[in-house]
Amino acid sequence: MIPNPMMPEVNIPAVIQHIPLQSYLILSTLLFVIGIIGVLTRRNAIIIFMSIELMLNAANLLLIAFSSYRSDPSAQVFVFFIMAVAAAEVAVGLAIIVMIYRNTRNTDIGFLNKLKW
Amino acid sequence: MSASLLILIPLLPLAGFLINGIGFPNIPKGAVGIIGTLAVVASFVLSVMTFNAFVAAGSQPFIVPLFDWITVGDLNIPFSFQVDQLSLLMLMIITGVGSLIHIYSIGYMHHDSGFGKFFAYLNLFLFFMLLLVLGSNYVIMFIGWEGVGLCSYLLIGFWNKNTNYNNAARKAFIMNRVGDLGFLLGIFTIIATFGSVEYSEVFSKAAAGFQVGDPVIITITLFLFVGAMGKSAQIPLYTWLPDAMAGPTPVSALIHAATMVTAGIYMVIRSNVLYSLAPSTLEIVGIIGGATALFAASIGLLQNDIKKVLAYSTVSQLGYMFMGLGAMAYSASMFHVITHAFFKALLFLGAGSVIHAMSDEQDIRSMGGLRKKLPVTFLTFLIATIAISGIPPFAGFFSKDEILAHVFEHNKALWVIGVLGSVMTSFYMFRLLFLTFFGTFRGTHEQEHHLHESPASMTIPLIILAVLSAVGGFIGVPEALHGSHQLAQFMSPLYDLAKTANPAAFEHTSLSHSEEYMLMAISVAAALISAIAAYVMYVQKGAVPAPDSEEKSGLQRAVYNKYYVDELYDAVFVKPIKTLSNILYSFGEIFIDLIIDAFVKLVSLGAKLLRKTQTGSTGEYVFAMVIGIVVILFWKLLL
Repeated sequence: MIPNPMMPEVNIPAVIQHIPLQSYLILSTLLFVIGIIGVLTRRNAIIIFMSIELMLNAANLLLIAFSSYRSDPSAQVFVFFIMAVAAAEVAVGLAIIVMIYRNTRNTDIGFLNKLKW
Repeated sequence: MSASLLILIPLLPLAGFLINGIGFPNIPKGAVGIIGTLAVVASFVLSVMTFNAFVAAGSQPFIVPLFDWITVGDLNIPFSFQVDQLSLLMLMIITGVGSLIHIYSIGYMHHDSGFGKFFAYLNLFLFFMLLLVLGSNYVIMFIGWEGVGLCSYLLIGFWNKNTNYNNAARKAFIMNRVGDLGFLLGIFTIIATFGSVEYSEVFSKAAAGFQVGDPVIITITLFLFVGAMGKSAQIPLYTWLPDAMAGPTPVSALIHAATMVTAGIYMVIRSNVLYSLAPSTLEIVGIIGGATALFAASIGLLQNDIKKVLAYSTVSQLGYMFMGLGAMAYSASMFHVITHAFFKALLFLGAGSVIHAMSDEQDIRSMGGLRKKLPVTFLTFLIATIAISGIPPFAGFFSKDEILAHVFEHNKALWVIGVLGSVMTSFYMFRLLFLTFFGTFRGTHEQEHHLHESPASMTIPLIILAVLSAVGGFIGVPEALHGSHQLAQFMSPLYDLAKTANPAAFEHTSLSHSEEYMLMAISVAAALISAIAAYVMYVQKGAVPAPDSEEKSGLQRAVYNKYYVDELYDAVFVKPIKTLSNILYSFGEIFIDLIIDAFVKLVSLGAKLLRKTQTGSTGEYVFAMVIGIVVILFWKLLL
């Protein structure tokens, strides 16, 4: 492995392990709860969408933390997949929001209540 | 004669049915008639070829296996055709008379809007009828048996806008169901007893393993005879046949005179081994046949509808055939089936020609003097009348006389009934002839103006049938008249097995020639006397049956109303069953509907409540989802 002069060789799991596992848990729980509250309280479709992304990444963060504390790389692979799928999902989701905007001239989801009895 | 050509005999009418039936309103009338008729004529030609090949090959019966049909455990029912003397004779009658009636129908049904449908049904009927006589086991016979019943139903109710016609069709179908039940039970008993339904196996096992008068054989034959009673309109299941005259006249000629109603006789002759082993069943067959012959003939005496008279005459003639079967005169009955097919088809077609000329009038009280306007119809009708009355040398004389001679040997009382019946036959037929064709015209002026002889497509079949009715008897001239009776010789191999099974029954106390002459003289004299009586009454005195409004004496009224048999059946069977159905129906109304309605109300109430939750607001859905996730998490983690 060629050493990179700009970046000294660092053991990433060791860096992560500087911070105790509990802090990761608290942080990702906080992020997740913020995401839930965002989804529940906001009416703008774009903000709801961002909140969903937040929840997704809270889960990713937790996966990475556990992965390094247990020295198991499979969770990191998992996270890569989640990110790839999330990128695709963002593309589709944003496209839907754009279409909604074109049809209704706003992105308020309270406006989309036609599907009822 | 190859097997594939034999298969074509039933398949051609089926093809005709499919073409005409599927393309019904779209095929032009000319093409419909040609397709329907050609299919039948072609199968007639094939039947004649088969017949010639069969005789040329030394009259050896053979079986044409087609495919294995039902195989369950030890029971194997193949789908195969049997070619022997009996099936060939039936083939010739069905396709021959069928062809003539198809040609006739082209002219008769020409103005009808259901022309294509009519030909499709007729072809389908022929397919099933051919299947019935060609099959090599009872199950194939049963398919044909049910199929012809279906076609009979469809064709009786052909003009289905008339409720009475529909009721007549239903009556025919339901009465036949009663008989079919007996037939089915007979088949089941055969399977249980012999483990097979193939004719050859059943008969050889019956001949080898059963004594004369074995109760099992008697049960089987009685069950089968119940089936024959329904299909061949014998007492007590005969009332459907007169009502079946609601159908178009060619149908009455083909189905209800010449072919389908003789299926019962075919079945008994086919099962002659079984019947020969059951003398007590034969007694019953003979008695029922004799009773029917006399009873139906007496009703025919006072009917005023031209087709009703012929219908009762058919029932009565079928009674004669069963009387012959009861005396084990199988060949004589078959002989009568053949000659009856000729002259009764001719009578019906002649009646159709009269009805056609009279603008759908069927009451003979409104006819009269038609012989000048309809010369061909008159002449052919006259020949048929002489033939059915049993006056020599026309066809009916030979066959009826042969039956009566055998009955005389067997049972003198039945012979008296037979002669009485033939006196009545002769009287009502000549009454019909004289009222229709002699005297002066009694219809409306318009009808008189419209009178015309039928087109050639109708008169040519009449002429051919008239020739056959005149000379058809010569295939069975008895020995007493220096004939050789070719028909009986031809059919005799059919009874070989029965002869080995019950030799005593076939030892005839043969009548001397002088006795036979006596019997002939008596029946011919009886027929002639009643013909003369009819002449005196209806031509010389010019009597016309009284209109319905006039009061009649007690006996006359009973006969005129067909002895109130229909009313009796109505009171004994139809009304109680209808009442029972109504009771069961109201039970269904109250109990079943209540329960089902309650469930329906419950479900719709639940749905009404639940649909409130579907607000359409995304926020609420998400909230509900989160609540759900939280609840599940708590459930899993804490409990």
